[in-house]
Amino acid sequence: MDILQILLSESFWAASLRIATPLIFGVLGALLCEKTGVLNLGIEGIFAAGAMAGWMAVWLGAGLWGGVLVAALAGAFFGLIHAILTVPLGLSQHVSGLGVTMFATSVSYFTYRTALPNVSSPPRIEPFQPLDVPLLSDLPFLGPVLFQQTALTWLAILMVGLVWYVLNRTPLGVALQAVGDNPDSVDAQGLSVYGLRIGAVVAGSALMALGGAFLTMSAFDAFFFGMVNGRGWVCIALVIFASWKPGKALLGALLFGAFDALQVRLQTEVGALLPGQVFLMAPYILSIIALVVAARKADYPRALLTPWFKGQR
Amino acid sequence: MNGLTKRFGSVVANNAVDLTLHRGEVLALLGENGAGKTTLMNMLFGHYMPDEGTVDVADDAGALHPLMLGHPQAALAAGIGMVHQHFTLAENLNALDNIVLGSEPLRMLKRDRVGARAKIARIMEHTGLQAQLDVPVGKMSVGERQRVEILKALYRDVRILVLDEPTAVLTPQEADTLFDSIVAMTREGLSVIFISHKLREVLAFSHRIAVLRHGEKVGEIATDEADERVIARMMVGADTPETPRSELPPGAPVLQLKNLSVAGRSKRDSLEDVTLTVHQHEILGIAGVSGNGQSALAGVISGLNQPTGGTLTVDETAIANPTPRKMIHAGVGRIPEDRHHDGIVGAMSVAENMVIERLDEPGVQANGLLKRDAIRANADRLAADYDVRGPGVTARARLLSGGNIQKLILARVFEQNPKLILANQPTRGLDMGAAAEVARRLLEARTRGAGIVLISEDLDEVLSLADRIMVIHDGALIEANSRDREHIGLMMAGELT
Amino acid sequence: MIRIEPRQSSSRLMTLGIPVLSAFVALALAALPLAFAGANVTTAYQEMFKGVFGSTFAFTEMLTRATPLIFTGLAAALAFRAKLWNIGAEGQLYLGAMAAVAIGAGAIDAPSFVLIPLIVLFGCAAGAVGMAVPTVLKSRFGADEVVTTLLLNFVILIFLQMMLEGPLKDPMGLGWPQSPPILDQGMLPPLMDRMRVHSGLIIALVCAGVAQFMLARSVWGFKLRAVGENAAAAKHAGIRVNRSLMSVAIVSGALAGMAGVSEVAGLKGYLTADLSPGFGYTGIVVAMLAGLSPVGVVMSAVFIASVFVGADSMSRAMGVSSYLADLVVSMSLLCVLIGGFFARYRIALVKTPKGEQA
Repeated sequence: MDILQILLSESFWAASLRIATPLIFGVLGALLCEKTGVLNLGIEGIFAAGAMAGWMAVWLGAGLWGGVLVAALAGAFFGLIHAILTVPLGLSQHVSGLGVTMFATSVSYFTYRTALPNVSSPPRIEPFQPLDVPLLSDLPFLGPVLFQQTALTWLAILMVGLVWYVLNRTPLGVALQAVGDNPDSVDAQGLSVYGLRIGAVVAGSALMALGGAFLTMSAFDAFFFGMVNGRGWVCIALVIFASWKPGKALLGALLFGAFDALQVRLQTEVGALLPGQVFLMAPYILSIIALVVAARKADYPRALLTPWFKGQR
Repeated sequence: MNGLTKRFGSVVANNAVDLTLHRGEVLALLGENGAGKTTLMNMLFGHYMPDEGTVDVADDAGALHPLMLGHPQAALAAGIGMVHQHFTLAENLNALDNIVLGSEPLRMLKRDRVGARAKIARIMEHTGLQAQLDVPVGKMSVGERQRVEILKALYRDVRILVLDEPTAVLTPQEADTLFDSIVAMTREGLSVIFISHKLREVLAFSHRIAVLRHGEKVGEIATDEADERVIARMMVGADTPETPRSELPPGAPVLQLKNLSVAGRSKRDSLEDVTLTVHQHEILGIAGVSGNGQSALAGVISGLNQPTGGTLTVDETAIANPTPRKMIHAGVGRIPEDRHHDGIVGAMSVAENMVIERLDEPGVQANGLLKRDAIRANADRLAADYDVRGPGVTARARLLSGGNIQKLILARVFEQNPKLILANQPTRGLDMGAAAEVARRLLEARTRGAGIVLISEDLDEVLSLADRIMVIHDGALIEANSRDREHIGLMMAGELT
Repeated sequence: MIRIEPRQSSSRLMTLGIPVLSAFVALALAALPLAFAGANVTTAYQEMFKGVFGSTFAFTEMLTRATPLIFTGLAAALAFRAKLWNIGAEGQLYLGAMAAVAIGAGAIDAPSFVLIPLIVLFGCAAGAVGMAVPTVLKSRFGADEVVTTLLLNFVILIFLQMMLEGPLKDPMGLGWPQSPPILDQGMLPPLMDRMRVHSGLIIALVCAGVAQFMLARSVWGFKLRAVGENAAAAKHAGIRVNRSLMSVAIVSGALAGMAGVSEVAGLKGYLTADLSPGFGYTGIVVAMLAGLSPVGVVMSAVFIASVFVGADSMSRAMGVSSYLADLVVSMSLLCVLIGGFFARYRIALVKTPKGEQA
């Protein structure tokens, strides 16, 4: 089987979309935060918190959608910490984000360990099943790729449209874009800079947590330590690659998913020639390359990283 | 009653200021830089919270209502609009979005763009203010941005419009057009407060003048009864001293630019085929409206920008690929436009900032280690010579006032006896005393034999200091053959070449 | 109405007091998770204290734990002073460790006074390269070093696994992915009999002292501070910003690499993929808690190491998850951040004058 055959196979594209799903949530969330001027490096920890909280809620009997809600709330909570530290207090977004990542990760791990002190193999839940749409699922090619994904993948794609619509077609979106470019413009029109930024960071963090929830509730059926494995950081690179546009974010996540799916398949094909780690490294190196390529022409939101204080102009 | 009353209490910047504005009136708020004009207006608009005092605003029927302070929302609701000196526009959005921003409730699921366009079109027709609605503000000229700012205020149906230094970024002719629009608006019942420190325009366009000094209102006069001398004395508290200057024959050239071009990111920071020469004993004034390539010109001379064509010669030596380092070594002293951003490292001490440009010299370091005593002694001496006042030379530079920061930079620059001095907006934001000090130092350097490039948006400053004047417009430089204000104004607008 | 006002100057007491206070607040906040885990809070704190100060062994264990944290803390502190966000100390640590075993595990047979400096040199060089690459990507292409260093951590960790299963694999290791041991004469000598604390600690303390001196007294330190505080003004004043950043990147990476050298050649003797329980990331907390001062790094590394060692010991005694330590460490970072806010600003309550309701 050669690369062309891989690229034409249904299972490859189905896997790409599956791998891309958590990244779509993550990139959208990071985009929403950065669009208003706040870099959210809490993403890696918020992924872990979403994964743990969602899984645990289901394990405790909340039901799958109950788990999704709990994950989003957990993300919103850690996002609120980051928002308070960086928006009204105007503290370093880099350090606060890293602090939130460490905090969210250790809260998740500690909670998991405390709830399940003596388990050797992690307990499993019944995860989201593929949405089997009659007729459509039986379509050749498209059927397996699109209509055998779980509800969370569909939710992710729906969110792309929603975030795009809100940003580009509503008064709220105009205000969010303005606050990331020049907070004074929003303040002068009587809108609250703090409110818009805190709201965006909280909502963005909830989206990020859904990416984590996908890992434990759809991609796998259990929670593992270290399962986020840099996905959050990849999202931060992809936002720049996507130049802060939801549509391009979807594209970037899909490209990344396709590449990751490809390297897994190549590994089984030509694994004898190269050590497996070369393939494992590839997605991270790809993210770095994407960042290097996009960085020079990147049109950063002008107010990114710049704190704003009321009454100090 | 068909008037409005505003009372302000004592804050640090404003001490118990009372003001009254009548319907359909243009009130000029006059004062030096730092007199508290902008602070006062920011309190009115809710950006600042006053410590004492109240504001009352009349409704349409003329009844006075107290205004909730500290909330721009309340000010907007009461019909107060403000056009800031630093525009409050989102550059990534187009003019339409900027104008409508905040006037629709955020919970709305759609925007009403048709209705908004119709309303803006009506306002444009009434006032004669024109702007392209679908162009991102980042791509607009300064003049157009200002019109968007004013349209933004008018769109909110303001009855009181505050303009903060509206002409600072305009050519004299553009300024006249703006004031014509303002007069047209007042005929329809709009009341206008405009902040200025330019006596000329205040006398020409206002009905009444209120003068602020050191945060207090020191006088109020009907414009008909005022003349320049009276209000100047009110502003400063004394007659302004004239800076004496002597006639000096220019010497050898110290700076030559030949066909120099800079390709910036936008037209605003590009230069096209610029040729100029500055001699010893000569101040070359560069007049122009901001955003016409001044920053590119200053960038090249200070070594921050790379020319894309042409040659740069300092004191007979051609400099290829200029860097700040090379320019310093070539004997160029640079006074940057934004003194906080480019001039000092605020978190480091005054003493350290005084030697930051000559860290390689043996007087400052030996074997890579700083000579702390020498640095300290140097700072003590310069602080005394240049009258840098503040909490001491070991204190952080950001604790100094704007004027003292500028003195720190002057000390650093003039102490090296530079052959060429680039002074970019050297008096912007300074009070008259500090500004006079800058002018005196520049003239002193001229007498000593330095050549000086003075870039300024203040035409009066250029006229009073420069031996020769060139006008910068759209990245091109043209020699002004006349010192006539009207003539130079037309050149600044690009209508005379 | 609440207003935030910048303080004119922050007092010496505050710069010292706020980190100490933050550390204790974070430690006190640990009572919440302890109670959540159903432990007796008082006993738990006693166990933690005993785990650090209960015996000479416990105390030297804490110092052993502090050693790599001083190195990674210094790596973060110096880079952050120049506003170079090196979040890649974890990866650079492993690069240093790999270089140490590549040189020291038999490749070169030389007496101690030759071999140890060589190991240190190559370990530091490997770490330096690990930070130089993202710095070049930053200055040449504008690629944000936060993201690149974070991603490189994962690349390097996978590379490490590849090496441990390939060229660096110990043939006598019974198939485990681990490196052959460093020659005896390549090991950093221990400081005390029968204790694990080793001379890496001395090197760390010397590095902290030198860094403190260079930062305050050298032209290099002057430029570094200027670039970090205001890069635009530094550039305008003729300081070559990229060159300055590169030099601090090399020093920062070398220090992180030295952390790896010290762990491999001072403590473990051989390299595995779990050499560092996140020393690189914890170094960021150490640096922030130290207010980015090199001497402060020593003190905050001792504090953080105490938390880890104490929590480990408490965990063994009481069955509470040792992730408690990570929780305390992350909370102390958030606390010191908030504390830093109060050092720079004060919150003034402004009375709203009467009669101003719209």
